[in-house]
Amino acid sequence: MTSLKRTPLYETHVKAGAKIVEFGGWEMPIQYTGIIEEHNNCRNYAGIFDVSHMGEIDVKGPDALKFVNKLVTNDVEKMALKQCLYSPMCYEDGGVVDDLLVYKMADDHYYIVVNASNTDKDYDWFLQNAKGMDVKVDNISDQVVQIALQGPKAEGILQKITDCDLSKIKYYWFDYGKVNGIESIISRTGYTGEDGFEIYVKPEFGPGIWDKIMETGKDEGVTPIGLGARDTLRLEARLPLYGHEMSDSISPLEAGLGIFVKLNKEDFNGKTALVKQKEEGLKRKLAGFEMVERGIPRAEYPITKDGKEIGWVTSGSFAPSLNKNIGLALIKAEYVSIGSEIEVNIRNKGIKAKIVETPFYKRG
Amino acid sequence: MENPKDLKYTKDHEWVRVEGNKAVIGVTDVAQSLMGDVVFVELPEIDAEFAAGEAAANIESVKAVSEVFAPVGGKIAEVNTALEDTPELINKDAFGEGWIFTVEISDSAELDNLLTVEEYGKLLVEGE
Repeated sequence: MTSLKRTPLYETHVKAGAKIVEFGGWEMPIQYTGIIEEHNNCRNYAGIFDVSHMGEIDVKGPDALKFVNKLVTNDVEKMALKQCLYSPMCYEDGGVVDDLLVYKMADDHYYIVVNASNTDKDYDWFLQNAKGMDVKVDNISDQVVQIALQGPKAEGILQKITDCDLSKIKYYWFDYGKVNGIESIISRTGYTGEDGFEIYVKPEFGPGIWDKIMETGKDEGVTPIGLGARDTLRLEARLPLYGHEMSDSISPLEAGLGIFVKLNKEDFNGKTALVKQKEEGLKRKLAGFEMVERGIPRAEYPITKDGKEIGWVTSGSFAPSLNKNIGLALIKAEYVSIGSEIEVNIRNKGIKAKIVETPFYKRG
Repeated sequence: MENPKDLKYTKDHEWVRVEGNKAVIGVTDVAQSLMGDVVFVELPEIDAEFAAGEAAANIESVKAVSEVFAPVGGKIAEVNTALEDTPELINKDAFGEGWIFTVEISDSAELDNLLTVEEYGKLLVEGE
């Protein structure tokens, strides 16, 4: 077994009293004071997250656009400079390699942010696909610290320590600026359902910026948020998690990510399979549900209807902002209508739930 | 928080308070702190019988499910219904209001298998 990796902020988390767990090959903070408190704090004030375990792959060269557009299902061609784009990345069979964010740095330069546990796999996939293309692909993950600042107070806090006019950065755009005097990339993106930013800097400056944000945002209620609340925040906002809502055996169409799959664009990995899947009609679909009876749904619990198994829970949890138990499930397409009753099999008992609209939570 | 001296313990972090032929059962403060925010407790049915070591209840925190094993065998006499609406009592008062169920002890000899506060304290220091 390979040894676990630590982000440059590891010591900062330990000092803050974080409970550390293994996640995707990394030693990461799962919580500081408690998942519910952290969750609510991010929704009501602001939360700071160390997401440095995420991978960054840099793509440069004359064929950069053609290359990235072949890899991902969304359309990179339409991107403007300083724009961000969310996209699944598929295999030929329509299964998902990963989901990622593309940053357009220049016409021949894209910066791609991938999931921590998939970084090595993705990098290999990039290299395989780069054959015959005039591009330079670099895994620069260990040269970047990524800090997310999310929540209604995020902009106000960050504006105090940056020369970048944040009000000019629209949702899913980025800019360059100094944060605490350090050159950074700042994007208005996130994984919480709140407004907020993700900041990319060189590793040695991570702890300084983290501490500065904590100090600057103290009066506005900023607190560090661990992976536990990151998961409940993203689930309420119905943001998918690789390996749960999509995977090498769950296509982006099944995962309800069709708007990020541009079947009309020129050839891309998985296009043939996805077009076929769409034409034939989806047999399985992702649906949101809430528990009607008492019980907490967890990933992989079977979903039944009239005693018949129709799918499984992909993610489930107590939802702190809703005070309900909610989940996402991949189920047979004929059962996904809103209001329809299903059962979640919890410890061999069918516990009643019903299909509901998603996202479960929308910021006011 | 200190583990009360008048209780018996298990290696699975349950505590037992013997009251006549009844045993009151809960989880220790160490256990609740490991679990984090408790959001649901699945209580056993009254009169259900469990052997010592059998899972009798489930505690769900935001992140995970933990089983509560019957430290001694017997029939469930009472369950703490307050946990249905306020499961966080386990976080707030693990040794008091966070009790989970009581059993009518079927074989008091099983009590000898439980840990004393010193033995439990030693286990916490040394790990399992």
